Amino acid sequence: MKKILVPIKRVPDYEVKLKVAPSGESVITDGIKWIVNPFDEIAVEEALRLKERGNECEIVVVSIGPEGASEQLRTALAMGADSAILVKCESAVDSHVAHEILAQLYSQDTYSLVIMGKQSIDSDANQTGQLLAAKLGLPQATFASKLELKSDWSEVQVTREVDGGLETLSVSLPAVVTTDLRLNEPRYPSLPGIVKAKKKPLNIVEASSLGVDLTPRIKIRKLETPAVRKAGVKLGSVVELVDKLRDEAKVL
Amino acid sequence: MILVVLESVGERLPKGALVTINAALQAKERHGYSKVVGLLLGNDGVEVAAQAAASYGVDEICYLKSPALEPYLALTHQQAVLAAVAELRPTMILAASSSRGKDLFPRVAQTLAAGQVSDCLEFISAAEFGVPLFKRPMYAGNILALVEVTTPVKVVTIRQAAFSAAASQGGVSAVRALSVVVEGTQAQRFMKFDTVKSERPELSDAEIVVSGGRAMKSSENFEKYIAPLADAFGGAIGASRAAVDSGYAPNDWQVGQTGKVVSPALYVAVGISGAIQHLAGMKDSKVIVAINKDPDAPIFEVADYGLVADLFEAVPQLTEEVKKAKAG
Repeated sequence: MKKILVPIKRVPDYEVKLKVAPSGESVITDGIKWIVNPFDEIAVEEALRLKERGNECEIVVVSIGPEGASEQLRTALAMGADSAILVKCESAVDSHVAHEILAQLYSQDTYSLVIMGKQSIDSDANQTGQLLAAKLGLPQATFASKLELKSDWSEVQVTREVDGGLETLSVSLPAVVTTDLRLNEPRYPSLPGIVKAKKKPLNIVEASSLGVDLTPRIKIRKLETPAVRKAGVKLGSVVELVDKLRDEAKVL
Repeated sequence: MILVVLESVGERLPKGALVTINAALQAKERHGYSKVVGLLLGNDGVEVAAQAAASYGVDEICYLKSPALEPYLALTHQQAVLAAVAELRPTMILAASSSRGKDLFPRVAQTLAAGQVSDCLEFISAAEFGVPLFKRPMYAGNILALVEVTTPVKVVTIRQAAFSAAASQGGVSAVRALSVVVEGTQAQRFMKFDTVKSERPELSDAEIVVSGGRAMKSSENFEKYIAPLADAFGGAIGASRAAVDSGYAPNDWQVGQTGKVVSPALYVAVGISGAIQHLAGMKDSKVIVAINKDPDAPIFEVADYGLVADLFEAVPQLTEEVKKAKAG
């Protein structure tokens, strides 16, 4: 059976106001809410839709991180993914480390397609999918807003959101596709889905057992919070607002 | 030596290329590089664009002309950049964080075993930390990171909004063609390009953005209240995630950490409370206006001008006043 690999990342919820730790080298994550990286959630949804459109396949989700990342894998399983792999890694994982691990997992099985978010909303690097494609010598289609799989799994036609418009590429499989916001709106896990997810396989692998380089290439030396914007003035009327926009802000 | 890869459109050198040159000149000065070499990739007209790039203070311009380079594909452009790198041996490769730059340069970095900094905002000299650092945004710009790249060859994409365009210099640098054969690929095939046609400007680069939140209550109200105001300003329409999740606005209107990050000259937030996720996407706007019924809404903490009002009364009135002001 064809297999789709969907890497997902555990990231702080986008509603959490993050603070820099006193060391200045990390953010404080104690007790915060974690979610599936929203772009990766779109990737899971797209894999499910491909399957639901009659493309028989197994959807394997994988996450790299601490034990806690199994929660995000369970979420993906509850959405409908078939099996999960947690690569346990307590040390810092940058795009380089992530792609090395994913490439190793990819080569341990036969996958026809990798779908993942275009970037994670924590480090915002927008690199892992492209790094993985290059490492594996695969073609890629980044920033997908539409995806059509040929029924024989020989290629996928992808519409990409690029500067100035939409580009359509046809890409031979296997390939790496990264998802953009417009591709779909992910479903919420259903109650039966959540129950079923508990029985689906979730295999745990130690990152150190994979025999890959776990040294990040990007080292954070200092984190800072950008200058805070000052609150302005509250105005009494629309007319006053238009006057300010014209005479003070000069945007009219 | 820094190799700065510049995007041209036929014979034309767009502003983005000048901004990228300026970033390379900052990197040269602050990170202590000996010289900057520009590289253009293309087919028809690329030699003309290369000539145009020669008067902006770069030490040398190289170009690579091949039918396989048009239209752009990651696989062919990767080959071309790697061939140029093999000949020129740069230790920093710099490009814009455009959709093309984002697509291509991780592939280049991977092949060269180089670390990559995405979206560099500023090059920091070695004076403070003993090594040259790069400033880049994380968490949608809520955190700024100073990072070190630990590999000898470094790949950097720069956020164009963080740099100004290079100014034309007196002198003209040498321009030469690189003779490299670029092979076509069957693994990626270009099918078509649809230019986005809209009466309204594109959200990401609009000068004015008018956004609605959950308080809009329906998609009809977006059409009835937000659209006329956006059109009166000649701006784009945005929405908060709450409005998108409620089905009032399409996903691609979403401004915020999980949507588009915008920094227009004027951002008008209508019925948006100001969740962190939304603020992350618009807080770098030059002027922020907030219209909200709730005087304690967090959006007022970042707004330059706040109006505590019922949006269904204030927005039509504002639309009329803006029309009048524009006509006057």
